[in-house]
Amino acid sequence: MAETSFDLIVLGGGPGGYVAAIRAAQLGMKTALVEREHLGGICLNWGCIPTKALLRSSEIHHLLHRLEEFGFSAKDIRFDAGKVVARSRAIAKQLSNGVAYLLRKNQVIVFDGHGRLAGKGRLAVEKNGQPVAELTAEHIVLATGARARSLPGLEPDGDRVWTYKEAMVPMAIPHSLLVVGSGAIGIEFASFYHDMGAEVTVVEVLDRVLPVEDEEISAFARKSFEKQGLRIQTGAMVAALERTDKSVTARIEGGGQGSELEVERVILAVGIVGNFEDIGLENTGVAVEKSHVIVDEWLRTGEPGVYAIGDLVGPPWLAHKASHEGVVCIERIAGVNDVHPLNIRNIPACTYCRPQVASVGLTEKAARDAGYELKIGHFPFIGNGKAIALGEPEGMIKTVFDSKTGELLGAHMIGAEVTELIQGYTIAKTLETTEADLIRTIFPHPTLSETMHEAVLDAYGRAIHF
Amino acid sequence: MPIEILMPALSPTMTEGNLAKWLKKEGDEVRSGDVLAEIETDKATMEVEAVDDGTIGKILVPEGAQGIKVNAPIALLLGEGEEASALTSLAATAPEPPPAAPSRQQQERSPARDVTLEGAPPPASAPTGQRGDGRIFASPLARRMAQHAGLDLAAIRGSGPQGRIVKADIDAALSAARGVPAAPVPQAAAPGPAVTPSRPLVPPAAPALSKERVAALAGNPPYTERPLNAMRRVIARRLTESKQTIPHFYLTIDCEIDALLKIRAELNAKSEAYRISVNDFVIRAAALALRRVPAANASWSDDAILLWDTVDIAVAVALDDGLITPIVKAADRKGLAAIANETKDLVERSRAGKLKLKEFQGGTFSISNLGMYGVRDFAAVINPPHGGILAVGAGEQRPVVKDGALTVATVMSCTLSCDHRAVDGAVGAQFLAAFKRLVEDPLTMLL
Repeated sequence: MAETSFDLIVLGGGPGGYVAAIRAAQLGMKTALVEREHLGGICLNWGCIPTKALLRSSEIHHLLHRLEEFGFSAKDIRFDAGKVVARSRAIAKQLSNGVAYLLRKNQVIVFDGHGRLAGKGRLAVEKNGQPVAELTAEHIVLATGARARSLPGLEPDGDRVWTYKEAMVPMAIPHSLLVVGSGAIGIEFASFYHDMGAEVTVVEVLDRVLPVEDEEISAFARKSFEKQGLRIQTGAMVAALERTDKSVTARIEGGGQGSELEVERVILAVGIVGNFEDIGLENTGVAVEKSHVIVDEWLRTGEPGVYAIGDLVGPPWLAHKASHEGVVCIERIAGVNDVHPLNIRNIPACTYCRPQVASVGLTEKAARDAGYELKIGHFPFIGNGKAIALGEPEGMIKTVFDSKTGELLGAHMIGAEVTELIQGYTIAKTLETTEADLIRTIFPHPTLSETMHEAVLDAYGRAIHF
Repeated sequence: MPIEILMPALSPTMTEGNLAKWLKKEGDEVRSGDVLAEIETDKATMEVEAVDDGTIGKILVPEGAQGIKVNAPIALLLGEGEEASALTSLAATAPEPPPAAPSRQQQERSPARDVTLEGAPPPASAPTGQRGDGRIFASPLARRMAQHAGLDLAAIRGSGPQGRIVKADIDAALSAARGVPAAPVPQAAAPGPAVTPSRPLVPPAAPALSKERVAALAGNPPYTERPLNAMRRVIARRLTESKQTIPHFYLTIDCEIDALLKIRAELNAKSEAYRISVNDFVIRAAALALRRVPAANASWSDDAILLWDTVDIAVAVALDDGLITPIVKAADRKGLAAIANETKDLVERSRAGKLKLKEFQGGTFSISNLGMYGVRDFAAVINPPHGGILAVGAGEQRPVVKDGALTVATVMSCTLSCDHRAVDGAVGAQFLAAFKRLVEDPLTMLL
């Protein structure tokens, strides 16, 4: 019989849960992790990682159609959708195995099954309706994540109407596709399928795409997508979906007008809801609001000894936010010195569409609404030598500074590889640098990162290359 | 989720302190800014103010407790609509106990891993951003904000990584300087206008007045020590602050009170339900005079002069071991009998130590009366944030000249101390003139 008494149990093996478990084990706690499906969670198995693998394929496909520009010629360019998907699945599997190895190496005991709180300091695990174990621990961390939201009338069916999960393993690339929702998930799929040759329409209920990004970035992205041939309808709703054997007809309403669109497949990406059901929260002090568990700055729920992290506690729904919360939560429990609550303004966000989008901190509008007086800087990729050499001159960096203190309030980027660049501004924000330090910093030439320097210079009227 | 009220740091070097007194008890409702408790260290006394509205759910550290670590939770505050049951969630975890000894032996772990595990003492360095070599660790943003505001970084406690001073610490220092509780979450604080205090927020370090030093200065004569209680420390702190920061000036006026004494005797003969003192007349006259000269019912702030809508008069009451200033609220709207009964009750409860916090904190103006000790006139120290205090002397028979002839009248000298930043000489004089008219024609006070 396996050990059932622990110092700490983590429920959920996603990027929040497994990182929390490893950190707890590092700090000397006897730790268990309960996962019902696959280690690494959605992120690693059905989210961040496999989509990046798919997007790499679509990027190559896109480049293969630009070969002449770079001096190549090729004929008869084809792809095998099955192989593209197989590569993505293999990568997910490799990383999931990697997580299992890391947990083992750190002596975290993994229980395969569905866990439910079962009284103070107790967690019952079952598999296929059969009890697996009854675990006890002084501290239990809930990290059950979230899942796709479905809207009434737009329920996914796994065949014609997909969620992210089916969209990740297509049998073939559909000729036509409707993506409902233009957040990060919707736009990444739209970009992938468009670059793989599908005719893609995106419908967004708000007035712009990527609605959480800065308004200028949204506008830039839309222009860029439309230039590529993506169709975008904002301020519009999909009111109904009619399914036939061969297609789906969507009734789209917006601006007082209705229209119909017939497509081969539909992807629903209209937000996510927390997985708070069926984990034994009933009769506990754990409070849930709009599917998310309420926690304090140290991730404590209303129930002593029960904590919650990651997507389960609310937006931003990002893997790195979940991991960081896991570490804060565990270090606080362990009494580690110098633990600091997560600062939401310092969480970067990345969207891997083409062109990529990345941001950290306040948008210009949010900063103005908060009462700041601002200095705003812009720099276009067309002013950057490396961007032109790469053949990626489409992009822009925008910086938002508090004009009184020089605090970098926000940074917003669109263009090639900006998801790899945003960490520079994130470090700057986390260390509370001002414009003076950024201006003094030497950025290497020739790199895309020079645009980051120029966007800071521009906020202070000093941009050199534009 | 209940909010933890933490042990505050009174000074950059403070690491622990004593909980001198709870001014609220479990179940009391508190509003943001209410004083919850008094904290003492060997150097100072400070009031802990509520940052949020709510109800005191649980007091975690009892009155009189010593050596409480800075930032340890001392009480739990229930937010609006929060049930007491929410407490059980936190009470068990606060103060945050490290987990019981991890069952796995640490020796099994690679040594590098366990450096920060429970049992590791907090860093021995001073809790300010300053480390042993005098270098101050502060973020570039914090440095710039401190420079703009004229703050001395050396006096600020860093809450960032390794005690680094970060933006939130500067925000907190600026809020404290403005007398506003700092927003608990940095991002919640909307940036306000940058505050540039007219004086350094932290007074230059004066040499500590240790008893040895004072005794030496006096030539070491024998002495008896009387320990400092919280009230004595508050008196010392507030009055020192008053005299050091408020530009006082003084105006004296003589009031004839024969008519007042006559009416007082007549009124007191009419009923047993009240007994009006001369001081009650003074309170009413001062209140009405402040109503007539609203510019004298004012306080200074760095942003604006605040003209108070209400007239709340704090009355100094001597106690065996200090003094306290209970407040007659809306004194201009209360009749003499009401003022008499209220002051009698306040004085009795002051001496019994049974005043509630709100009964002696605040007010817009003060009165101090030493007439009963035969003091002819004196000048009182302003009780911040008040703009003035009226010092009332004894009513005594003095020779006066009336219509060119020498005669005798009962005269009471009153001296007004004004905060010149808020109340100018002419305003003070107008107030005293109005006050004198009321006192000398007391029937008008009865209207």
